[in-house]
Amino acid sequence: MKRIYVNEQVCMGCHLCEVHCQLKHSQSSDMIKAFKGEDGRPLPRLRIEERKPVFFSLRCQHCDEPACVYACLTGALRKDPQTGIVTVDENKCVGCWTCALVCRFGAVVPDKNHHRMVKCDLCPGEDVPVCVANCPNEALIYAEIEQPSPVKV
Amino acid sequence: MADNIDKVKYLIIGNSAGGIGAAEAIREVDKTGSIAIVSDEPYPAYSRPLISKYLAEKCSLERMLYRPADFYEKNNIKALLGRKIARLDVDAHLVEMADGEKLGWQKLLVSTGGLPIIPPTKGIKSEGVFSFLTLDDAKAIDQYLKHASRVVVIGGGLIGVSVTEGLVKRGVDITIIEMKERILNVMLDEEASAMADKAVRKAGVKIVTNHTVAEISGEGGVSSVTLNDGTAIPCDMVVVAIGVVPRVELASGKLKTNRGIVVDRFMATSSPDVYACGDVAEAYDFIYGMNRVTPVWPNAYMGGRVAGFNMAGVSTEYRGGTAMNSLSYFGLDVASAGMVMPLDAGYEVLSARYGNIYRKVLLKDGFVVGMVFVGETEKSGIAYNLMKDQVKVDGFKKALIAREFGLASLPDELWRPRIEAPRREFVPPVAVKEPGEEVAVE
Ligand SMILES: Cc1cc2nc3c(=O)[nH]c(=O)nc-3n(C[C@H](O)[C@H](O)[C@H](O)COP(=O)(O)OP(=O)(O)OC[C@H]3O[C@@H](n4cnc5c(N)ncnc54)[C@H](O)[C@@H]3O)c2cc1C
Repeated sequence: MKRIYVNEQVCMGCHLCEVHCQLKHSQSSDMIKAFKGEDGRPLPRLRIEERKPVFFSLRCQHCDEPACVYACLTGALRKDPQTGIVTVDENKCVGCWTCALVCRFGAVVPDKNHHRMVKCDLCPGEDVPVCVANCPNEALIYAEIEQPSPVKV
Repeated sequence: MADNIDKVKYLIIGNSAGGIGAAEAIREVDKTGSIAIVSDEPYPAYSRPLISKYLAEKCSLERMLYRPADFYEKNNIKALLGRKIARLDVDAHLVEMADGEKLGWQKLLVSTGGLPIIPPTKGIKSEGVFSFLTLDDAKAIDQYLKHASRVVVIGGGLIGVSVTEGLVKRGVDITIIEMKERILNVMLDEEASAMADKAVRKAGVKIVTNHTVAEISGEGGVSSVTLNDGTAIPCDMVVVAIGVVPRVELASGKLKTNRGIVVDRFMATSSPDVYACGDVAEAYDFIYGMNRVTPVWPNAYMGGRVAGFNMAGVSTEYRGGTAMNSLSYFGLDVASAGMVMPLDAGYEVLSARYGNIYRKVLLKDGFVVGMVFVGETEKSGIAYNLMKDQVKVDGFKKALIAREFGLASLPDELWRPRIEAPRREFVPPVAVKEPGEEVAVE
């Protein structure tokens, strides 16, 4: 599957990816409204990791062996067998954060207002996820890179 | 064996985390082999931890379902629900239902979970005394709340706190009686327990530690409990939540059992073609380096997944699990894994407090062997995986408890290869065993 990779060398930590993610996932899709937050401030599904001079933008890696899906207590998380995308059913998630306890990337975003997790969905409907499309420095790459299957059949 | 006995390729006893984990793994590699799942509970697989939500707000069964309603049909799984298996014959590869029907199998998974520990306390069999393990328990408590406004919860562990969270939302008066000196004493250290104690009390719950219930009294119901020091606490309902024991009844005398059914790294029991996982099993704990019962949902699912692959002939090794919990009750987020308290002086303890945030890691010989995160748990998985991958953390141990802990706090080689393009193959820093065909599952 296509995944989002980073090129840390050229990431300036400008947070534009965050802004566009937030906008994309706000219900109104209106920049101003999204940030005034009529339904609680929409959360970006990625975050910027920084340890100066290192910056990179981090989100769910849609793992081949998704520990979060296996650990999920409620069945809210699942990995689509066709697309490989790991999705959360926000109506089923109760915000126990067990997914966060097993995510090696620390990529789970808790929405504490609604007591549920939110995550990268690779922007359904877009050819290229908005964080990648709007990165001014091409520090984000959306590409299909072959991964070894962890389970041999 | 009589010819009229149905035989399935895969028989799974227990329709919960472990059983579903196995069924899903089997269907990944064997699309057609017949699968039957038996449970004495009458419901499709539901999220057991959510029974507390059921109690709180009577959320619908649909919301509690662990898998979509069409799961069994879609995966061509025969679900025998509300059916109890009374006897297991490993030699003949048969089980016998409580109603006498026999069922043959080629591969069997025992994922029968646990049973509540019921102490021999006087009055424990009275009406108004409940345990809290199943949806039916939650339903029974819900019904009984019509007659009850004061509840005593015996046990301040995971299940005790869980039932309390549900009951608080129902506006009843609650007292938790905990035998040890602090609540959640298995999964948390002293400092984190104190934070949890505060959060629970803030919700109006009374907590009595260092006490046990000596007697439950009442005529045709419960009217009070008497503690070991003679104190009487008036109440009209009691919930017994002192723990669970592996439900080994089917296995006793047939499969090697210790506290739970003993399984090897392939989740296989002492009997060929029989596997076990979940709360009933004693499987490999990567922190203790030995088999232990670790009764938590993720371990049940992973153990089941590994068992399922092996049952279907795809040799798969269990990397092991360890005690781990993430809870968000009473407005407090806590996550812990591994050893939360040092066993002796040979451990290094690093901890830090930032207001309502508390973070601790326990190190042994430079490796993380335990962790507690309170108040903010979103990055707990980074530490958990350092522990699981057995990464030596000497060089950056302080970063683990720093306020701004994150993936970037780790040495480059631990994150770059995983998220940078072009992505190199992921190799665990410490090689896991790689015999021949075997594969390790995350
Ligand atoms: C209130 C509560 C809160 C919890 N919260 C958490 C949490 O936050 N995080 C976490 O990780 N874990 C939590 N747990 C623990 C978690 O639910 C268990 O670890 C998990 O359910 C174990 O799954 P399992 O598949 O091993 O067995 P179980 O879920 O116990 O299922 C076993 C099934 O097998 C059936 N069965 C047994 N014997 C027979 C038989 N002879 N014939 C037919 N059927 C049989 C049982 O009736 C049961 O339905 C909680 C548990 C409870 C009770």
